[in-house]
Amino acid sequence: MQSRSLELLVGFFVCLGIAAVFVLTFRVASLDSVGDSGSSYTITAKFENTGSLARGASVKLSGVRIGRVREIGIDPETFQAVVSMEIDGSRNNIPSDSNLKILTAGLLGEQYIGLEPGGDPEPLKNGSEIAFTQSALVLENLIGQFLTSFTQKEPSAAKKSEESAEPKAAPKSDGPAPAPAK
Amino acid sequence: MNPDTSDTLVRVRSLRFAFGPRVIYDGIDIDIVRGKVTAILGPSGTGKTTLLRLIGGQWKPSSGSIEFDGIDVHAQSRSELFELRKRMGLLFQSGALLTDLTVFENVAFPLREHTKLPESMIRDLVLMKLEAVGLRGAAALYPEQISGGMARRVALARAIALEPEMIMYDEPFTGQDPISMGVLVRLIRGLNQALGLTSVIVTHDVEDVLKIADYVYVISGGKVLDHGTPDEIRNSKSALVSQFLNGEADGPVSFHYKSATTYEQDLMAGRA
Amino acid sequence: MNFLTPATEGLRGLGRATLFLLTILAAIPGALLRPRLIIQQIYSVGNLSLIIIIISGSFIGMVLALQGYRTLVNFGAASSLGVLVALSIVRELGPVVTGLLFAGRAGTALAAEIGLMKATDQLAGMEMMAVDPIKRVIAPRFIAGLIAMPLLVSIFSMMAIGIAGGHAIGVELLGVDDGSYWSQINQSMHGGDIRDMLIKSSVFGLAISWIAVYQGYHAAPTSEGVSRATTSTVVVSSLAILALDFVLTAFMFR
Repeated sequence: MQSRSLELLVGFFVCLGIAAVFVLTFRVASLDSVGDSGSSYTITAKFENTGSLARGASVKLSGVRIGRVREIGIDPETFQAVVSMEIDGSRNNIPSDSNLKILTAGLLGEQYIGLEPGGDPEPLKNGSEIAFTQSALVLENLIGQFLTSFTQKEPSAAKKSEESAEPKAAPKSDGPAPAPAK
Repeated sequence: MNPDTSDTLVRVRSLRFAFGPRVIYDGIDIDIVRGKVTAILGPSGTGKTTLLRLIGGQWKPSSGSIEFDGIDVHAQSRSELFELRKRMGLLFQSGALLTDLTVFENVAFPLREHTKLPESMIRDLVLMKLEAVGLRGAAALYPEQISGGMARRVALARAIALEPEMIMYDEPFTGQDPISMGVLVRLIRGLNQALGLTSVIVTHDVEDVLKIADYVYVISGGKVLDHGTPDEIRNSKSALVSQFLNGEADGPVSFHYKSATTYEQDLMAGRA
Repeated sequence: MNFLTPATEGLRGLGRATLFLLTILAAIPGALLRPRLIIQQIYSVGNLSLIIIIISGSFIGMVLALQGYRTLVNFGAASSLGVLVALSIVRELGPVVTGLLFAGRAGTALAAEIGLMKATDQLAGMEMMAVDPIKRVIAPRFIAGLIAMPLLVSIFSMMAIGIAGGHAIGVELLGVDDGSYWSQINQSMHGGDIRDMLIKSSVFGLAISWIAVYQGYHAAPTSEGVSRATTSTVVVSSLAILALDFVLTAFMFR
């Protein structure tokens, strides 16, 4: 009688606690597919450099979130990063010649993938690979590039900065211009 | 003068016990005879309660021994001691009822802890014990809802629930009105006869205990001052015993608590 | 010789507390055979702490969101609000604040209850009835504290991050995008964080329960002794929580 309601209350408390542990593990830790209700299809793309792009990052079309990064791996032959993305199943008319850019939200914000639509009437399907990608901006490379062009213009000023700048300036820098991967 | 020692249940020999520097017992011998009511009398502050706790094995004596039915209480392991305690009951001055349980559950407590009796049998036993102390009607009440005298009777019912061989009463008459005192005196005597219990009553309440005791020890200053039947004690020649029995304010037990300095010295010291 | 007394007394207390813990641990297997006693205690330390935990969790989450938003929005990083709230709660505030509240709500109740049982001879009475008070009274309370603490921390964190706390303020009031609130949290946290939170809260639960039952059981059997025991429970467990938090954090996030 009395002990039954006590057991019921304690049972409720323990359930609530365990539910909280599950909510935390599934919502906070990335074990679920948040917001992707319903169907979705997967596309892949190769990048020279993914920067700090992480699993779960958004894929945006004109600033609107249409999917998220599911996995980031390495192509064993070309050593390029292979990013697979889950795209919302309702966005089924995206041209297959669209291109992808790794962008940054704000100055210090997280990195996400921006999709710029092309003109091909053929839409992306499950398993499609996007050929046109642009890598993430790597700050060191950018500074190196800037310094190299700077020394070429003003040889006199270059002498001072040469020692510190030279090792950083990679001879083959990843340009921000869109370039076909592979 | 000596009690009949042929049937001794508890045998205390040259017991010494001290709280730090304060010596409570300085070598006492006590024999508690089976089936009798033994009273231990003494002024307050002589550590009468301590004696019960020593017999119950809660505290260890500095030296000397206490035997219960031939078993040395303080040479036992914890589990053996617990087995021994099932054979004795101690009635605390406050009753020591568990405040989160009803009167019924308090009496059922030792039965539930130590036996695997079915619920219906526990119910019958508890009601029988409560009936014996006249409190069957209070079974559903909580300890805070009953008076101190009733609490002591409930504690008595609880103490006899496991049918021990001996019950120790710690100041059972303190703070009781004459009626509940009469009830308790009747109960103690009645239980002693009906169940063949050995009873030990520790008290400073002279008159009432002399009525029901078979044998009396008078303790003061850590020593046994006198012992004998109630009549022998009444006629004791010891100055302290007669002071105690007659309730005189001053005598061998001084009105003033021991002080290192004299009264005059203390007063003058404040002025200097 | 005299000035050594506080130090030796302290050492003695620590030794006594450790031996007491060992006695409790030895009594736990026996106590587990009687789950009803434990359930009763989980109710009084767990269920009865639920309200204060839920309310404080929500408010702390809300405050964190408000404060965090004002700072983050200057850097155009308001979408990271969820991370800020979740990281602070799961790694630090959840276990620590819940621990402090638990010590104040349940720890003091335990210490006062046990201290009063001692002062009114209930423990001695049990012992004379051949019932071990460690097994019957202390161990079930200790186990209940150990079980309730991680559950309470999880509920606190869930309230603070989700439902009514940071999410309510950040998403509903300040207009941070719901998806990015969660996806940002997903990106920067993983299962290990939750595991560490549970480890921390279990350690805190052990410390609080231990301190509370020790203070109660060793309280002087007077009203002053009981009040001192409850006060020491709060003081000692709060300090223990903060010190343990530092040590655990140092180990977990090297």
